[in-house]
Amino acid sequence: MAVNALKDYPLRIADSVDKFNGAQLLFCGWDQHLMFCAPLAWALPPDTKFGDFVSQILPTGFGAHPDFEKIDWGKVEWLKSGQPWQPDFGKTLAENGLKHKDSLRMRTPGLNGIGGSCS
Amino acid sequence: MDMQTPKKKLGIKERYALMTRGLDWETSYQPMDKVFPYAKYEGIKIHDWDAWEDPFRLTMDSYWKYQAEKERKLYAILDAFNQNNGHLGVTDARYINALKLFLNGISPLEYMAHRGFALLGRQFPGVGPRIACQMQSIDEVRHAQTQIHSMSNYNRYYNGFHSPTEMIQKVWYLSVPRSFFDDAYSAGPFEFITAIGFSFEYVLTNLLFVPFVSGAAYNGDMGAMTFGFSAQSDEARHMTLGLECIRFMLEQDPDNIPIVQKWIDKWTWRGIRVLSLVGMMMDYMLPKKVMSWKEAWEIYFEENGGALFNDLARYGITVPKCATDALEMKEHVSHQTWSTFYQYSGVSNFHAWMPSEEEMNWLSAKYPDTFDRYYRPRYEHWIKEAKEGRRFYNTSLPQLCQTCQIPMIFTEPGDPSQTCYRESDYAGDKYHFCSDHCKTIFDDEPEKYSQAWLPVSQIYQGNCFPEDVDPTAPDFNPIKEVLKYYNLNDGRDNMDFEGSEDQRNFAEWRAMSTQN
Repeated sequence: MAVNALKDYPLRIADSVDKFNGAQLLFCGWDQHLMFCAPLAWALPPDTKFGDFVSQILPTGFGAHPDFEKIDWGKVEWLKSGQPWQPDFGKTLAENGLKHKDSLRMRTPGLNGIGGSCS
Repeated sequence: MDMQTPKKKLGIKERYALMTRGLDWETSYQPMDKVFPYAKYEGIKIHDWDAWEDPFRLTMDSYWKYQAEKERKLYAILDAFNQNNGHLGVTDARYINALKLFLNGISPLEYMAHRGFALLGRQFPGVGPRIACQMQSIDEVRHAQTQIHSMSNYNRYYNGFHSPTEMIQKVWYLSVPRSFFDDAYSAGPFEFITAIGFSFEYVLTNLLFVPFVSGAAYNGDMGAMTFGFSAQSDEARHMTLGLECIRFMLEQDPDNIPIVQKWIDKWTWRGIRVLSLVGMMMDYMLPKKVMSWKEAWEIYFEENGGALFNDLARYGITVPKCATDALEMKEHVSHQTWSTFYQYSGVSNFHAWMPSEEEMNWLSAKYPDTFDRYYRPRYEHWIKEAKEGRRFYNTSLPQLCQTCQIPMIFTEPGDPSQTCYRESDYAGDKYHFCSDHCKTIFDDEPEKYSQAWLPVSQIYQGNCFPEDVDPTAPDFNPIKEVLKYYNLNDGRDNMDFEGSEDQRNFAEWRAMSTQN
């Protein structure tokens, strides 16, 4: 649909990938752990290894939760844009097909928050 | 010779006609469409501007007289409050954080409303609404001023009050109320009046003002209570103007109905999202609570709003679609919002804290279906962590909703254990939303919302550091630099209430005023 405006209305996308100094945004939430009020956001170079994201970045975000150290990473169920998704830990974000502003979710069966409250 | 003595005074109706309609004219050097360029592009059709009925028939001279009288009373009470150190009479220093939220999050909106109504006072082709909008514009700037004046006394003693006009443009959570108004202001005049005059002032204003004003009264804050009352009497006029504008649009042409309905749907939702801040204020920030957010919602939205929409049904207007989700959200929104400010209070300009046991019992009683099940375990965990020296501060940045700009803290309708995720693809990128309604708003005007100044993205783009810092320096600490950019004093304005300078000072000064 054309923009309803009086004059030309150039497209000015505020968060296009070229504005992030070589990095791209990646979002990740942890299902049933609402102690973290929202999914988290990181700006990462696309050549970051997915395994490094999991071992170095995720602990800075979710490490404060008592369930975090109990995660069996081989059993985590990943979702991308709400669909089941399988990452290769040895490959980079780009090689895993992760694009700017992609949104991941992780599910950790058996771990469902403080006292099972989904917090 | 007999002289005809002119009648000394005109009746209100005559005076109003002369001092408003009588001042209008059809331009001849320039076509009217060029003089009022914003009047038609939104698609609203007006056939007869003279059909506009001004419910108050207020003229500028009587307006000044009324307002001057109100100002005199307000400032007399404020002076007395300040001279008697009224700030030491509030229930508890935690209350003062509700004022910080108001000064930083609401007062700048009064100023933005002033600008918006000034624009309408120029751009509506009909002189009736133009005059009414001019008066509202002056009201709004008066509200901003009286709020800043009354809270300037708190700024002498407490942290976090020092820079609201700067912070509204920079601080992450303040992008929520700010973008709400930017969105309205950058729309056309008819959408603005629907957004602010109707959806905000008419449908939702009681949920903003009543909680703050009665919250002030319940917590011994005569100063804030007085500015609230002084503004409240203007609000009645604003509500009437908003409703009159909606009726006028709907009566002028049936083609206006779907456009107005779309705006009502959009702006009711935008308003509900902004009011999340008020919800947490009521349930958590008032030491002496007036009523729960859920109760306020039921009275002011469900009952009063329901009556309003029944009344509008004869024009073909229906209750906004989002009302169903809002019905369920009233059980959760204040807890979800307070949890957010608790964990991000390291980067916020007011303090947060965990409710006391007594307060948690109050919350359990007010929210029997949700509080103990979803929120109490979280709070008990955080309290335990804090006792053991690990007060939980979230130090990673959150994913934001592209439309309302609130972190994606809200849960799925029907499932309070699951974050609500929605997304759209536009121009090669993904956009994320907290709800169906925020997604619908984006999908309708993606060109507009893809420009959103999202605080998290801006930080990651490197746009929220002071100009003289080097982000490549080895000792560069991004969070500290963002706080400097916000003009937020790290260690004073932010962090937990427990152990804050405000808490210490208040206790010390109150002891001095009540003990020997």
